[in-house]
Amino acid sequence: MTAAITLGFVPLLDAAPLIVAAELGFAEQEGLRLRLCRAASWSQLRDLLDLGAVEAAHMLSAMPVARALGLGGGQGGLEVLMVLSLNGQVVGLSGALGPVPFGDPAVAAGLAAPGRVLRFGVPFPFSMHALLLRYWLSRMAPDLAFTLHAVPPPRMTEALQAAEIDGFCVGEPWGTRAVQVAGARLILPGAAIWSQSPEKVLAARHGWAEADPARAAALMRAVWRAGRWAEDPANRTTLAELLAQPHTLDTPALHMEPALRGRVLPDARGPEVAVPQLLAFHAGLANFPWRSQAGWIGAELAAAHGLDPRAAARAARAVFRSDLYRRFLGPAGVPLPPASDKLEGALATAESLPAVRGSLMLMRNRFFDGAVFDPAPAE
Amino acid sequence: MKTALTVIIVEQDRDRARMIVDALRAFGEHDIHVIGSGTGLARRVAEMRPDLVLIDAGDPSRDALEELTLAAGPLERPVAMFVDRADRHLTRAAIEAGVSAYVVDGLRAERIRPILDAAIARFHVFQRMRSELAATRAALEERKLIDRAKGILMRARGISEEEAYALLRRAAMDQGKRLADLAQALVTASELLK
Repeated sequence: MTAAITLGFVPLLDAAPLIVAAELGFAEQEGLRLRLCRAASWSQLRDLLDLGAVEAAHMLSAMPVARALGLGGGQGGLEVLMVLSLNGQVVGLSGALGPVPFGDPAVAAGLAAPGRVLRFGVPFPFSMHALLLRYWLSRMAPDLAFTLHAVPPPRMTEALQAAEIDGFCVGEPWGTRAVQVAGARLILPGAAIWSQSPEKVLAARHGWAEADPARAAALMRAVWRAGRWAEDPANRTTLAELLAQPHTLDTPALHMEPALRGRVLPDARGPEVAVPQLLAFHAGLANFPWRSQAGWIGAELAAAHGLDPRAAARAARAVFRSDLYRRFLGPAGVPLPPASDKLEGALATAESLPAVRGSLMLMRNRFFDGAVFDPAPAE
Repeated sequence: MKTALTVIIVEQDRDRARMIVDALRAFGEHDIHVIGSGTGLARRVAEMRPDLVLIDAGDPSRDALEELTLAAGPLERPVAMFVDRADRHLTRAAIEAGVSAYVVDGLRAERIRPILDAAIARFHVFQRMRSELAATRAALEERKLIDRAKGILMRARGISEEEAYALLRRAAMDQGKRLADLAQALVTASELLK
């Protein structure tokens, strides 16, 4: 007997693990039938999840945390069962701001000018995109005045052309499209601000997973294996085709291939540039929902919205359910780290780490300014 | 206290917008504005200081409205998703009909209920029209597939159209498959054999 689970997603490259799980037999192996429900916006996806029209969803990592802090719309608690992807964002500027070299976080210092307020488009007010931009600009260019505006990613190009925004931070392929269509210039990959930022997560309503553990565990196993498949460079051409279909992303595979090959196009006149750690679905224990990742998101949201940082970090940590990840994926032999917190930003190179069984590999984890986020107040 | 509410309908399609306005007009003399969903939506909405904003639930611009929940200045009125405060039945009805409502904080539910009911009814009509259109298209596609499958059988076996159709139907029944699915399989297989 196969049990059906309806999952929500927003048409983006990083919905790949859910699409692969549904379409390439990973769910079937677990006796599950996944029905994918495409949402046109994060607000719509959130409503579908709140009302139970979908059981779990592809979601911006900051959304469930913002909910726990009382920010934004919707009601009821959300929890993160696993991380679906790391990084994948790109920062770009309107071509009107003149040539800017790619890949150097220090360029922000040159953007400040008296009386100038730079307007940046981000996909959602509560998103890693918004947090990374704030983190980077406030430290690198304290004199720069800027505002953030929610712009649907497919409209980023149009908003640039209409001079509604001066720059953006968005997930691929929308950054590349802004370069090709609107003459924008990419200046940084998100990975240059934080090389291991949790970008999308698998979220469910609070209590959903524990109400039927066998079903949630089967879903998580299928998604975990799908992420491993999607990470493999040998599968990336197939993946691009899978994502290009009318019922998935409905975007030419051509637009997705550069990012899937780890490359971006900073300037329409080329050339493509290889970016280390541009996007990960699996490598470096990508799927483990670290409490410290949630703590960082909570602390940054608190700073941006004037909340008490300690209370925010505490509330945030509870949202990333590393305990459920251990309970549901451990028996399947998925590598588990010995602790559920790590010092974010403290790893200068990839490093092997003893796991609960055997060992596992963590990737370089650095903030552009060398800061280390210590999740110390672990209770 | 003013009795008329300021209502914004975010809708790009003029015909649809007019139908929604007509539906709402029946429920009192409200101040109804229609704006397109393009760039700068949040700013335009904030400037009009509405009591209620109605937008297609599937409009990608909805995320821009989310900014309004963060309105911080003393003169700005925070807007909340209706889903926060309405009774769950009404909320569910709205979502199922495909309309989202953003309501200014503090506005009592009974004041907007008639308007929202009217909007829900109107959006249900849109949805039915959409699904009827999709069903018609799908039926047409299936018709074409079955015709192609019949053609393949007629050529391969030298039989009449009627016989080909009977053969297809019998095979579909024997295998417990839909006629269109069987036709699709036949068309795909014959393309591979070309």
